Amino acid sequence: MPDATGLELTAQALREANADSVLGTVFFRGRAVIIANPPHVHEVLEHLKAQGYSFLASLHGVDYYPEEPRLGVLYELLDMKQVDRITVKARVHTDAPQIASAVDLWPGADHPEREVYDMFGVEFEGHPDLRRILMPEDYEGFPQRRDFPVGGEPVLFTYNEEKSYGKAQ
Amino acid sequence: MAPGGVRVEIKREPLDILKAGPGAGEIDASDFRSRGLAARDMLRGDLDDEALEQYVSERVLTTTLERVVAWGQGNSIYPLTFGLACCAIEMMTIVAARADIARFGYEVLRASPRQADLIILSGRVSIKMAPVVRRLYDQMLEPKWAISMGACCSSMGVFNNYALVPADKFMPIDVHVPGCPPRPEALMHGILRLRKKIQEGPDLGWRQRYGAIGTEEVIGPDAAEGSSAINVFEGGDTAGA
Repeated sequence: MPDATGLELTAQALREANADSVLGTVFFRGRAVIIANPPHVHEVLEHLKAQGYSFLASLHGVDYYPEEPRLGVLYELLDMKQVDRITVKARVHTDAPQIASAVDLWPGADHPEREVYDMFGVEFEGHPDLRRILMPEDYEGFPQRRDFPVGGEPVLFTYNEEKSYGKAQ
Repeated sequence: MAPGGVRVEIKREPLDILKAGPGAGEIDASDFRSRGLAARDMLRGDLDDEALEQYVSERVLTTTLERVVAWGQGNSIYPLTFGLACCAIEMMTIVAARADIARFGYEVLRASPRQADLIILSGRVSIKMAPVVRRLYDQMLEPKWAISMGACCSSMGVFNNYALVPADKFMPIDVHVPGCPPRPEALMHGILRLRKKIQEGPDLGWRQRYGAIGTEEVIGPDAAEGSSAINVFEGGDTAGA
């Protein structure tokens, strides 16, 4: 991990390249987090990759309900030469859940981005093949969002079999 | 044997099964020679009326073809080699030495659904897996049976959420085996209950009650693209239990 000073220096370098790109930094329990401005997240990732954070260890989604903006996309980056990690967070609204795809930087981001789209409904712009990966393709809704019902089927027992499937003639 | 040694006396007694026969009076059942002669007479056609009837009733067991076939089917169920989740580990155990379903004639696990009689749904079925399972079931030839093994497959157990579907919703199940996972003995018991069902009853259970006979998926030549998928969830209807 970069220490708190290193994080600020990195953020400063990013701000010098584009003043809007970084919304803030968090240094908590030894983890360095850069909160990126969603429209500029691609620039931030590109900059960090050039700086040495060349490995995308993880890309995942979070639903921060009821906070706004709700949907978070987290990029865990790893610098394998310095053995250094940094997290990039970008948060988007559910009304406009668009964010730039990182597939052109890391081809391995393909499936994680599809999964984040599948579960949270974040649309990655520039993704070569953005469709559901785990749920059926005609499924409606994004099941990992926190306002999505847990779901499940009514369980069929003898007492309620009369009003169940196939019996409604 | 040395003089003074133990003497063993062998008494010739008619076998119980021969003594108990209805014709123990007329043909001396203990006399195998006379029985052999009677058989020769029968083959020559010399045995008539009462003696012939006697002969036949002693040797022939009558039954219906259905019962014989059901007896055979019940004693030679071929399960499909098919595992879905952790229950499959318990399912594997029933062919091993401790439970050993070979004792009942069920040890032939076929790798092709075309050769299998029984599909054991051993684990949770996700929405995406359900059409695959249904296709496998449809590929099996009649007569065919299905066992739903474990809580997930019957009532979705601990995974009762948006991703899973109970087996009863997309195919007819003959026997439900509860447990999480069921012990191999429980699955054995389930299979033996299925044998009882096959051998004793023309009642097809759920298949009859739900009118599920003949509901196999048939895809015509003019089916639209993607229509082969069985979407078990209705669109937007995810409001839950």
